[in-house]
Amino acid sequence: MSEHRKQTFIGLVAAIMVIGMTMPVAQARQVTETLVGDMERGERLYRQRCMACHALDANRAGPSHRGVFGREAGAVDGYRYSGALRDSGIIWTAETLDSWLSNPTGLVPGTSMGVRTRNAQDRADIISYLESLSPAEPD
Amino acid sequence: MTQHSPTRRNILFTGTQTLSAAGLMAMMGSSAASAYQGSDNPAQDVQLLNAAIALEHEGIAAYTIAAGSGLLTPDVTEIGVRFRGHHREHRDALASAVTALGGTPVETESEAHYVEALGVASLANQADVLRLALGLETGAANAYLGLIPSLSTAEQHQLAAQMAGDEAYHAAILGHALGEPIPVAGMMFGG
Repeated sequence: MSEHRKQTFIGLVAAIMVIGMTMPVAQARQVTETLVGDMERGERLYRQRCMACHALDANRAGPSHRGVFGREAGAVDGYRYSGALRDSGIIWTAETLDSWLSNPTGLVPGTSMGVRTRNAQDRADIISYLESLSPAEPD
Repeated sequence: MTQHSPTRRNILFTGTQTLSAAGLMAMMGSSAASAYQGSDNPAQDVQLLNAAIALEHEGIAAYTIAAGSGLLTPDVTEIGVRFRGHHREHRDALASAVTALGGTPVETESEAHYVEALGVASLANQADVLRLALGLETGAANAYLGLIPSLSTAEQHQLAAQMAGDEAYHAAILGHALGEPIPVAGMMFGG
């Protein structure tokens, strides 16, 4: 094999290895972004996981959740938020909620919320349920 | 204040040694202080542990309200009072950790707050109370498991895991009392 062909072959192998290493990551990211949430399963997960601290219409250890979609973080009346979350400027969307549920202290260092939901499908289902809730009744 | 190593437990309960009140406090202090060791973000840990204390305050209040509701049989009341004792131990252990980190443990709310927040007015019978308790305990077990990766130190991880174990135990007892089937799938909590 000539030197030129040898270098071409090595380059090809290296390129295949790079593609092989990066594809799963790219695919995984894409799958996460395109997950479809199951609202009913999300309600069940919400009851099992979130309702230790939260309710739809009452502030408990955590703030109430009805109408959370589209709301600014730290904006529920009567709940004592951490300064970090109150000042975060975050608007709750599917994307920000996914980041939040995945790693709250990673998204907002200094927050009081530390419970992580590791499974992406679980997060998508919970978010789907939260999105389905009608906004809170005005006072 | 109940985080004792086997060695400490032996000292406390075998009666082979006498321990002064000052010595006991020093030992409890060193146990709580261990939660601080290795923490590279004590302010964050205080925030998270205080949220857990708020959860425990609510659990204590829930069992107190239930015990006084007149909806429970004496046997069930006794179980609830026992569980409340566990939650008080959790609260004290978490408060010790917060104090050791230089923070101030969050105070409990009024009973009226918990009555409203928990929707106590809608409870009509013992099964309603048990279902509420089961939901709280299941949620608490999941919350502690989900909290573990956000805490800084191995001591805090272990503390949260201990709490999760207790809450899962409570949930199992309550589920059995309600006649709930044993889950088919494993990995029942966390995720």
